[in-house]
Amino acid sequence: MTEFVKPDVAYFELWPLLVVFGVACLGVVVEAFAPRSARYITQALLTLAGLVAAMAGVVMIGLRFAGDGAAEDGLVHGDGAAYGLLSIGGTIVVDGPTLFLWGLLLVFGFLGALLFAERHLDGGVSAFAGQAAALPGTDAEREASTRGLDHTEVYPLLMFALFGMMLFPAANDLLTMFVALEILSLPLYLLCGLARRRRLLSQEAALKYFLLGAFSSGFFLYGAALVYGFAGSMEFGAINEAVRNDAANSGMLLVGIGLLSVGLLFKVGAAPFQAWTPDVYQGAPTPVTAFMAAGTKVAAFGAMLRLFYVAFGADRWSWQPMMWVIAVLTMLVGAVLAITQTDVKRLLAYSSVAHTGFILTGLLGVQATADLAVGEISSLQAVLFYLATYGFSTLGAFAVVSLVRDSGGEATALTRWAGLGKESPVVAGVFAFFLLAMAGIPLTSGFVGKLAVFSVALAAGAWPVVVFAVLASIVAAFLYIRVIKAMYFDEPVGDGPTVAYPSVLTATTIAIGAAATLMLGVLPGPLLDLAAVAGEFIR
Amino acid sequence: MTQYVVLSAILFTIGCVGVLTRRNAIVVFMCVELMLNACNLAFVAFAKQHGNLDGQVAAFFVMVVAAAEVVVGLAIIMTIFRTRRSASVDDASLLKY
Repeated sequence: MTEFVKPDVAYFELWPLLVVFGVACLGVVVEAFAPRSARYITQALLTLAGLVAAMAGVVMIGLRFAGDGAAEDGLVHGDGAAYGLLSIGGTIVVDGPTLFLWGLLLVFGFLGALLFAERHLDGGVSAFAGQAAALPGTDAEREASTRGLDHTEVYPLLMFALFGMMLFPAANDLLTMFVALEILSLPLYLLCGLARRRRLLSQEAALKYFLLGAFSSGFFLYGAALVYGFAGSMEFGAINEAVRNDAANSGMLLVGIGLLSVGLLFKVGAAPFQAWTPDVYQGAPTPVTAFMAAGTKVAAFGAMLRLFYVAFGADRWSWQPMMWVIAVLTMLVGAVLAITQTDVKRLLAYSSVAHTGFILTGLLGVQATADLAVGEISSLQAVLFYLATYGFSTLGAFAVVSLVRDSGGEATALTRWAGLGKESPVVAGVFAFFLLAMAGIPLTSGFVGKLAVFSVALAAGAWPVVVFAVLASIVAAFLYIRVIKAMYFDEPVGDGPTVAYPSVLTATTIAIGAAATLMLGVLPGPLLDLAAVAGEFIR
Repeated sequence: MTQYVVLSAILFTIGCVGVLTRRNAIVVFMCVELMLNACNLAFVAFAKQHGNLDGQVAAFFVMVVAAAEVVVGLAIIMTIFRTRRSASVDDASLLKY
């Protein structure tokens, strides 16, 4: 038995994590002590300020890593491509990719918080239930609604979820990763069930997400136990060591990798674990869907990359064939099932499944910078870039979905979207732009993202997967163009949907999403460079 | 040592089959908890085998996480039971296709 050593905490490098967590806890205190009338504005401002402070921290840490003194401070690891440091006894690692993902998550969290705070669309109340405990259709619910009540607890929940998302890709051992997985999931389960309109759907979405999520995290945990049994340690470095030395019991390792993958692939919504995605995306309040779709995917892919590259990198011949099959399956299932959908939110959900497949294609690429020819990009870089493009266009698209309404709330049926181009050319135009970006049309971010992940997969010899990916892209393009046709060329049914005028909050989110989607398509250089500067994971 | 791991695998499988076959959300959730406890047993058994404390510490963390999950899960199951007067996972079927 070893002596207990007090772990050292690198407060400067962990500042973004600590701020997000601190603001979440502060939000709970505000909920308890602030008068009801003051809560909304307090919570919203506190959340946004916290996110800005955390983002400033990320930028400062990035500057320190890139600065001249980085080598003296012991921040450079390995052959110089990786830099960063381990903190709290080696359980959390802050390196280039972590910082990149933190930056992305904070931006998406900020845009999500803006959507959460929107109160113009539904006559002065937010998209969240006035009183979640009141039964749908009862007097208590009507009273809560007439009094204009609002669940402001959603802001701390958002921050707790964001804290989990930031911890997830930064975790450097299996236990921290499991805890982060739960921290990010539990608030999201609750947020899914808090919709103001269509509450039965919302509660059902929460139940399904919760039961399936808990089931999959059980698999993740048993996988962690088996890998621990194989390696004798839960730290990724030590697991890597054990894998390299090819210790006995590699059957246990293989089963462990498989079970861990189930947990992670569930979170990113890859086939055959995609069943929850459409239900939850449709049932959850649209701001939550937007935040969850962007944030969870970024966090879970970050964690997946670290787990597979750092811990199991030496054993990639045993997990890559599995990933080939899953990537192909995910792309085909997502693209084909999306065609049959008649609801815009479900359609976007299946499209996000297809995007999961494309990102998995990037995961199959060449890992080490040293193996690359000049001018080629590493798979980590491609995946990081794709996550950025996907997040912005998804957040923007769901923000647009929240604008198109009829008397019953959001009009998400595709038939209700017919003729939207005449009703509001701007909204239809922006939505069409997001769809074209998801389809991967040149001059949008989606094209550059797809090009990046396909080329890294080709460079690693995964051409069969790329062939299927191109096929799936064509199928998906058909589907996006079908929606655009409905918006512009179909006659509206009845009196058609109305487009609600958003406040500056939603308008900002849509504008930033559209601007980023355009910028990353026309001028992808700066962000690709940033992803390159992020370097590699610390091993 | 192997016996404990085999036992944990059996418990995990029972939990897994339970989740897939039972219809009451509470029972499904209990089966998930059984899966987590099977993981705990495996962690502790492996900790003994390797002679370090990591696995035992993990078991404590898992217990805390499971408790937090109970709080969230029962809240969600409660709300859906109050609305529908049923906790059957088959009844909640508005979202499909």
